[in-house]
Amino acid sequence: MEAIEIVLTVNGDERRLAVDTRASLLDVLRERLGLTGAKKGCDHGQCGACTVLLDGRRVNSCLALAVAHQGAEVITVEGLADGDDLHPVQRAFIEEDGFQCGYCTPGQLCSAVGMLDELKQGWPSAVTGDDDDLGDEPSDDEIRERMNGNLCRCGAYAGILAAIKEASR
Amino acid sequence: MRPFVYRRATDAQGAVATFEAAPHAMYLGGGTNLVDLMRLGVASPDLLVDVTGLPYDQVEETPGGGLRIGAAVRNSDLAADAAVRRSYPVLSQALLAGASGQLRNLATVGGNLLQRTRCPYFQDVSKPCNKRDPGSGCPAREGEHHNLAIFGHSASCVATHPSDMAVAMAALGAVVHVEGPGGPRRIGMPGLHRLPGDTPERDTVLEPGELIVAVELPALPYAARSRYRKVRERASFAFAVVAVAAALDVADGVVRDCRVALGGVAHVPWRAELLETTLRGAPATRESFVVAAEAEFAQARPLRDNAYKVPLARNVIVGVLEELL
Ligand SMILES: Cc1cc2nc3c(=O)[nH]c(=O)nc-3n(C[C@H](O)[C@H](O)[C@H](O)COP(=O)(O)OP(=O)(O)OC[C@H]3O[C@@H](n4cnc5c(N)ncnc54)[C@H](O)[C@@H]3O)c2cc1C
Ligand code: SF4
Ligand code: FES
Ligand code: FES
Repeated sequence: MEAIEIVLTVNGDERRLAVDTRASLLDVLRERLGLTGAKKGCDHGQCGACTVLLDGRRVNSCLALAVAHQGAEVITVEGLADGDDLHPVQRAFIEEDGFQCGYCTPGQLCSAVGMLDELKQGWPSAVTGDDDDLGDEPSDDEIRERMNGNLCRCGAYAGILAAIKEASR
Repeated sequence: MRPFVYRRATDAQGAVATFEAAPHAMYLGGGTNLVDLMRLGVASPDLLVDVTGLPYDQVEETPGGGLRIGAAVRNSDLAADAAVRRSYPVLSQALLAGASGQLRNLATVGGNLLQRTRCPYFQDVSKPCNKRDPGSGCPAREGEHHNLAIFGHSASCVATHPSDMAVAMAALGAVVHVEGPGGPRRIGMPGLHRLPGDTPERDTVLEPGELIVAVELPALPYAARSRYRKVRERASFAFAVVAVAAALDVADGVVRDCRVALGGVAHVPWRAELLETTLRGAPATRESFVVAAEAEFAQARPLRDNAYKVPLARNVIVGVLEELL
């Protein structure tokens, strides 16, 4: 086994640790740093339960090798709130019943935060028309398409959609 | 997953030299395909050379009026790039039709081109597969192949190439810039990928150790009107059943030039050359589009369970070309 020392800034704290080259960022967060918010749903990039923000962008932490992200800044669901003050996306999920069992929720939350930032930067999606103004409140279709990488086995999609719409206002 | 050594390269020469020093090295992009295949036991490198830190993360205009895209540019950045959206919308649309927002944020241009087939047997090490284990046989030929090739397949492999981005690049005649043990070279698309023949273990014409450093899009003014349309088994986040990348140049009601490439139909992004030849100089009408598409599909060789792709692809092509009128 080859171990490599890396430094990650996780939810604002600098963490230095030696990791097996094979370890995914997800495994390091869960097994080494005790941050079990991000979930291992599939370990193949298919479900989005492991979504975290890596240098500000949403990614599947199950497919990211930890050694390949030396020096990165990671925000997990545990780091979204500001102390006791929930992130607006978290508040909207509670108000709009954006979950049932809650297993997919950490990934949905991080993905929604990353996605709203992508919208703000004017990134198009597969359903964006030439004349659409991404500064407007996103349509249901925009939100659905942009959240396509987050599955919910409970089928709480109606609440998730409403919550993200609420948070985008 | 088998243990491996990890090295981060900072320049192309260093990456190639590091690669060559190990018996079974592989380059690492975003890892969204390779890490998955390592976990499945399909790939087992002893050394990963991370090439995401190489200085190839920019999209630049070329003196000839085209674009040079660094191999480490992330799929999401390329899809959102203003010059790509303006001059080559088909490429932006193809990228956005693929994978998810999270995956596109990790995936690189080099890795996307070299992602491997989604044939179910290839990904399952308990099954034979000539591509994964040469000589072991091809269970897909008689088995599960409803989403595999209708063009250019062989007795040894009927897989399709899964990339959406590569289909748009093949239509645009992109040129892949490579560095390697034998020095730099350029490969015109669709020539990067190869048909399976009797060596399906080789997806591309790249030699061991060759590193993709950039993809150049030649100037093609009429590609400002171009389009990508993808048909899949669910509305979003699935690989193509059939996909069409097209650009059309019409003057005075006549097709001056056109580009059409297909995804989901072959071991390579399939450039529809017969269709293009038939259409050049023809009236820009639905009838011509149908005739040209029929000419292309005359050479299709569907398998037992995928003949549905022939009328499907033909209809999608005709629909996309009509939209471009
Ligand atoms: C759930 C899921 C759904 C997906 N859906 C789609 C889809 O609908 N459409 C689609 O097109 N794709 C889809 N993908 C595939 C995705 O686009 C690819 O995994 C991604 O583009 C690969 O890029 P990467 O940088 O992560 O490559 P990696 O996984 O890092 O590498 C892939 C291969 O390329 C090689 N490589 C990487 N960079 C270089 C280089 N510069 N030079 C030489 N070799 C290199 C590696 O050695 C490896 O063999 C999906 C993936 C997943 C997991
Ligand atoms: S089609 Fe190709 S990849 Fe699929 S089982 Fe046959 S040889 Fe393997
Ligand atoms: S656990 Fe990463 S996408 Fe499912
Ligand atoms: S709330 Fe149960 S999986 Fe989404």
